[in-house]
Amino acid sequence: MERVKVLIVDDEHDFRQLFIKRFTLRNLDVDGVGSGREALKALDRKEYDVVVLDVRMPGMDGIETLKEIKKHHPSSEVIMLTGHGSVKSGIEGMSHGAFDYVLKPFKIDDLLERILKAHERRVLSRGG
Amino acid sequence: MDSKQYKLLRLKIMGAITAFSLIPLVALGSFMHLQFSQGYRERISHSLQRSVENRKAAIDMFLEENILQLRNMAWTHDFEQMSDQAYLQHVFSTMQSGNKAFIDLGVIDGDGRHAAYVGPYELGDVNYRGQDWFEKTMLKGVYVSDVFMGFRQFPHIILAVMRREGNRYWILRATLDSEVLNALVRNYQTGQRGDAFLVNSAHVLQTSSGLNGAVLGKMDQLAGPSRFTGARVEEHSVHGRTVLYGMAWLNNVDWLLVISEAPGESLSPLFRTQAIVISMVGGGLLLIMAGAAIATRGIVEALARTDRHRAELDARIVQSNKMAALGKMAAGVAHEVNNPLTLIRESAGWIKDLLTEEDPEAIKNYEEIAEAVDKIDQNVERAKGVTHRMLGFARRMEPMQENVDLNQVAKQTMAFLQNEALHRNIELRAELAPDLPHTATDTAQLQQVLLNLLENAIDAVDHNGTVTIRTRTEESGKKIQLSVIDTGKGIPKEMQGRIFDPFFTTKGVGEGTGLGLSISYGIMERLGGGIAVESEEGKGATFTLTLPVC
Repeated sequence: MERVKVLIVDDEHDFRQLFIKRFTLRNLDVDGVGSGREALKALDRKEYDVVVLDVRMPGMDGIETLKEIKKHHPSSEVIMLTGHGSVKSGIEGMSHGAFDYVLKPFKIDDLLERILKAHERRVLSRGG
Repeated sequence: MDSKQYKLLRLKIMGAITAFSLIPLVALGSFMHLQFSQGYRERISHSLQRSVENRKAAIDMFLEENILQLRNMAWTHDFEQMSDQAYLQHVFSTMQSGNKAFIDLGVIDGDGRHAAYVGPYELGDVNYRGQDWFEKTMLKGVYVSDVFMGFRQFPHIILAVMRREGNRYWILRATLDSEVLNALVRNYQTGQRGDAFLVNSAHVLQTSSGLNGAVLGKMDQLAGPSRFTGARVEEHSVHGRTVLYGMAWLNNVDWLLVISEAPGESLSPLFRTQAIVISMVGGGLLLIMAGAAIATRGIVEALARTDRHRAELDARIVQSNKMAALGKMAAGVAHEVNNPLTLIRESAGWIKDLLTEEDPEAIKNYEEIAEAVDKIDQNVERAKGVTHRMLGFARRMEPMQENVDLNQVAKQTMAFLQNEALHRNIELRAELAPDLPHTATDTAQLQQVLLNLLENAIDAVDHNGTVTIRTRTEESGKKIQLSVIDTGKGIPKEMQGRIFDPFFTTKGVGEGTGLGLSISYGIMERLGGGIAVESEEGKGATFTLTLPVC
């Protein structure tokens, strides 16, 4: 079975590295970028099943990036990752087409489950 | 402001009103009194002056009449006729028939010898030459003596006129009973303390005085008023009492007519007016003070009400500012802490991931490491609980309408107070309806109210007891309720109506502001809900929040 392709977008380098290591270990194909702009470039280069997107980033923030992604790559599923204020921004993200949201600090199995579900939906929607 | 300051303010306002009303009142009263007393005194002294003038004229006239009569007698007869004893007797009878005051009549020649004498005394051979009255009569032609005893040993007056007949001088002399003067003066005497008398320039009484003694006594009170014309009224203090003296000098003789009045009697209408004025001023003062008291009470009470209202508003603003600031800070802290927490968790997770690839036998402390990593993960979870609760409170303070799960809010708020409750051995119980509909409300404000109720409940229980949160849907299905039930000492019936009042508190000074429930009440009303209390003394209390279902 083909590995699920995941793009992690977070401005914190250490976090990105740990994320990549841990999800690679769980048999996902993970790449990481540090900003919204880079994420859009990466999506142009390669097709990702799921984008895990931090809400609060310098420059282009999570919600803006989400809108751009949904505009240019509507088939990619997005999970919002929020350490910010409340669930509000997560919910706002969902209203703009995000698949789900996860609060920092998350449990790895919880996030893995959501990524797999998002992938499942993408496969279903493409197939259907 | 505390009650002492309000009292002081009340006294100040009352004092000011009373003082400023008193000034015109007293001024008016004293002006009226002054005017009246001045007028009255003027009237009294005026009437006294007129009496003195009248009386003086009467006495003057009396003396003049007698002198005139004597003069007529002298001028219508010559010395030869008059020195005839029988003829003189005839003349004297004529005079006495018109005027009983004449006691005797004598004819004295230029050498002072009695030429003839008619009267009750044996004075026929007395020689008057060298005597004062004789000399004065010879000099002036007319003489009126002071009252004196003389040879006769009773008070009398001598009237004498001199006639010149060619080269001869002779004197017709009559004696008057001074009792006549007494009668003339006396009949004017008024009132019990009034007095009327004649006194000569040497302060010898010429008539008896009711207050100063018998005739020829010494009269010291009016120390030597020298001769003046017309009548004069003077006020003197005699034995600490004011006495009015009306005085006038007689024309023909150096006698002073004195009529005195004790104003105690004649001034009594004045004193009556004085008493009326004083009682009117006093009554006015009492009325003003009563009015001032009523007005001031109203003003100060209104002021206190406004102050209370403002303090309540201030306290609400302070409270909501405090909550807003706290919320902002909590949000900042929570966010900043969440990122490192994520890293810690991921790092620990990565260690755990790596451990799974190792041979447990090959690593000496494999178990210990795995356990420590689990501990890290568990504690990150705990810390996450804290930051997420902080974020729950970090909402902004403006009422927002969100879909809120009341059960969730209850759980979160209870978690906040778990430690405090444990510390006091209080069991926090949650009896939450599983199928509770959501409500549209502001979570942060609802949380504030709930927190306040729970804190109050824990305070009420103090130690060892339970605090229960129960949620349920009302039978109509349109409203949901949340009750906080404690096993504390309860609230007395008479206090239940007041516990939502601002500043009402049962706690000691410095422990409670008395605003918690008042603010909660305000919040619940703004949220379209309500808050109610049920309690029985000694059996705990139940506060129930009601919120509309969305």
